[in-house]
Amino acid sequence: MTDASLNTPNNGHEPRAKSSLMTVDARTKRRNASETRFRMYGIAAVAAGVFFLVVLLGAILSNGVGAFQQTFISVDVYLDPAKLDKKGGRQIENIKKVSTFGYTPLVQQALFDKVAELGVETPLQKRKDMKALISASAAAQVRDYVIANPMQIGETVTFRILASSRVDGYLKDRVTRDSVARDKNIKPTHLDLVDALTKAGVIQKQFNIDFIIGADASESRAEQAGMGVSILGSFFMMLVVLGLSLPIGVAASIYLEEFAPQNRWTDVIEVNISNLAAVPSIVFGILGLAVFIQFAHLPQSAPLVGGLVLTLMTLPTIIISTRASLKSVPPSIRDAALGIGASKMQAVFHHVLPLAMPGILTGTIIGVAQALGETAPLLLIGMVGYIATNYPSGIGSGFLDPNSAMPAQIYEWAKRADPAYYERAWGGIIILLVFLLTMNIIAIILRRRFERRW
Amino acid sequence: MPVFWLVMIVLGLAALGYVFGRHRALANAGGDSRHLHSLPSYYGSNVAIKTVVPALLVMIIWLLVQPFVVDGRVIGMIPDSEIREGSNASLVMAEVRRTADGLDNAVAAGVMSDEEAGNARADVSDMTARLKDAGQIVTSTITQPVLLAAQEYRDLRRASALFMTIVVLIIAGAGLVWGMAGAKPDFRARNVVEKSIRMLLVAAASIAVLTTVGIILSLIFNTVEFFRLYPITAFFFEPTWLPSFGGGIDSDGNPLSKLGILPLLWGTLYISLIALLVAVPIGLFAAIYLSEYAGSKVRSIAKPMLEVLAGIPTIVYGLFALLTVGPLLIGVFGDEGLGWMQAGTAVMTAGLVMGIMLIPFVSSLSDDIINAVPQAMRDGSFGLGATKSETIKQVVLPAALPGIVGAILLAASRAIGETMIVVLGAGAAARLSLNPFEAMTTVTAKIVSQLTGDADFASPEALVAFALGMTLFILTLGLNVFALYIVRKYREQYD
Repeated sequence: MTDASLNTPNNGHEPRAKSSLMTVDARTKRRNASETRFRMYGIAAVAAGVFFLVVLLGAILSNGVGAFQQTFISVDVYLDPAKLDKKGGRQIENIKKVSTFGYTPLVQQALFDKVAELGVETPLQKRKDMKALISASAAAQVRDYVIANPMQIGETVTFRILASSRVDGYLKDRVTRDSVARDKNIKPTHLDLVDALTKAGVIQKQFNIDFIIGADASESRAEQAGMGVSILGSFFMMLVVLGLSLPIGVAASIYLEEFAPQNRWTDVIEVNISNLAAVPSIVFGILGLAVFIQFAHLPQSAPLVGGLVLTLMTLPTIIISTRASLKSVPPSIRDAALGIGASKMQAVFHHVLPLAMPGILTGTIIGVAQALGETAPLLLIGMVGYIATNYPSGIGSGFLDPNSAMPAQIYEWAKRADPAYYERAWGGIIILLVFLLTMNIIAIILRRRFERRW
Repeated sequence: MPVFWLVMIVLGLAALGYVFGRHRALANAGGDSRHLHSLPSYYGSNVAIKTVVPALLVMIIWLLVQPFVVDGRVIGMIPDSEIREGSNASLVMAEVRRTADGLDNAVAAGVMSDEEAGNARADVSDMTARLKDAGQIVTSTITQPVLLAAQEYRDLRRASALFMTIVVLIIAGAGLVWGMAGAKPDFRARNVVEKSIRMLLVAAASIAVLTTVGIILSLIFNTVEFFRLYPITAFFFEPTWLPSFGGGIDSDGNPLSKLGILPLLWGTLYISLIALLVAVPIGLFAAIYLSEYAGSKVRSIAKPMLEVLAGIPTIVYGLFALLTVGPLLIGVFGDEGLGWMQAGTAVMTAGLVMGIMLIPFVSSLSDDIINAVPQAMRDGSFGLGATKSETIKQVVLPAALPGIVGAILLAASRAIGETMIVVLGAGAAARLSLNPFEAMTTVTAKIVSQLTGDADFASPEALVAFALGMTLFILTLGLNVFALYIVRKYREQYD
């Protein structure tokens, strides 16, 4: 044995630097320090990743939550028959002739009266001074009400109208007295009035459902813009993606996994799929523009075209995950089916496919979620720059009429000059992430619930 | 909508065919399915497939070919005088198409009767006014030949649609009869049905190839078109990117726009480099820590958290760059801080945010690769007395190196192709500069801006986007193929 050599240093009593395991020599110290350092690098890297995630989510939440609240003014508008229905008789045609310009003074007067009634001291002594506080959409809101209820003309009705985006910004600390100094739309005296009215409860911040279900608005009316129409656009697009990519993806995977012979063509398809998965999404946008719009003359900005492009983009992802779940079904299932006389087709469609279905659905949902957040290809087929103010009137128009999509709408808002739109863009991201989160949770539940380990 | 109804009718016929075929086969076998070659449902499916597939194939081919035939007939009607300076036949054709759609919509809205819309002697200015009243988008004034062409276009289109309906229905009916003829006990229905299903599966798998072909063809055609208008050497070697608004050519016949790809390529590579400088160390160390050090508890929390970063859409990162990171960097490096930075959109902004986006990409790929290194190699190293970090540095990483290089290349290809972050975060000025705090732009950002602007589609200013797309496609494809080759070769080593 070699113990003898080990024993030799231990027999003497003289202290030797390297003899004891209890004291650590310089070299070991260095090695241990470098070990700790290396470990720290790892911890720091993981912490950095998590930190970025927290900062990102924090930025989204802190900037975006405000978009779900909006500043409203409650006013009692006197629907003056002398202005709204000069001829009398409450004929709907006559009432419709009065444009929103006819309503603006009434709304301004209502707020002006309110200020006077509350006895607020303010240098703003003209009705028109109220313009800066009220959203341009208020007149349209009152007009719509009058057209729906013509008999109310002559009455005084309480409305909850939107405050202008400057007032909204002031209540949300986006607009300050300093920034107002350079602003031609609103003056510090207005802000004094806002303070007084807020105290009186006339101006209030409330939950704004219209941000979620409403339509986009023009550039100057940030307070009115909502995500509703673009959510519908995304919805129709995802219907196309799901309806096409699930059957095509499953069929392609079944062929490649179960039937494909080992030949050139199969190789070509396989290489193609793995390469397509890595092609930048903008290239799919170019494809969509050239093939679907230039060549096939499909309508621009239509969810149908967006869905087709996103289908081509997500197909490789779905095929890859579907093949994985087909592969995880053990061969004994196929053998058993074949053994009792099923054809190969029957074995696959009656036995393998149902067993692989949870995995396939999980992969598909994740693929569709990825498509839902994709923006770049949509830019090229014209889904940006389109102001989505009209709800689709039916299923057909939902697929074919120009529309926006959630990420495209967010991009559109981020590009607009008014900072009030930035808050909307963050808010839109919250809505988008809620959708993505829901889809991913569904996918996880599906996997947990139905996944089988063989 | 007629196409929709046509499809519905064909599908309805197929459903009927299924029921009849199944019934007929059973009846022919005397009600006892044991006398049939296949299960009764296969006879039904046989009829349904023979009804649907040929009919719909013909319909799709018809719909694809119809525009060419109709355009060819109509374009012959447009006199050369109608093709104005700086315009071409396809633009006039677009006008004709728009007018025809306008007429259709006006008739559908009840503003105009069908005879009026088709009246060849209608007054042109009156027609324009009426179309405008009907809320149809038409060009300022429709000229006589355009109106005539539009009316001819409508007639042809309508005739074609009618013929298509008839032909498709006849084929569907013939298929139904053909299928019904097979509802006999000795017909091998299952084999036929399975063969056609197999064909469908092959067709589905071929869509991936078709997509690639579509991408390549659309890029090549438009790129060739671009190089016909703009010299190829100038595109690749000119160091300036300065598209002129409205295009135009100077007295020598050269385009006024300067469309050199070099500044864009530089911007792309610079931003990608910064992104990789952020993502590779963090991602790699995170992967090492998670696969070699972390306990299962930390791993099960930290790994999904990092992967959440990968699931966040790029538009979110774009907004984060524009509204959070940009102002943050301005605060440090801007005029009030170090004074290096003028605006929030800069190479640094986009690079940093893109780096954050790529962290999970690098970490999960490297994680896979590190885990693929056989445990025996680690054990051998520990047995020789190496510490954990020494084992990782001197055994695991060298063994995993080719795979990690592959992962980094894949991440680089992602960075080069990334669009939204650079569109929002990198600025719009094309510049050849070394200062990372300056705004630069990338290939992808310019593809977006050239194709979403007002430029005429046939102008070099718009077509350049396809040449840029081609460059991008080849660049990322090359990187990917190379990276996958490395990764695959490496994996085989330890399998």
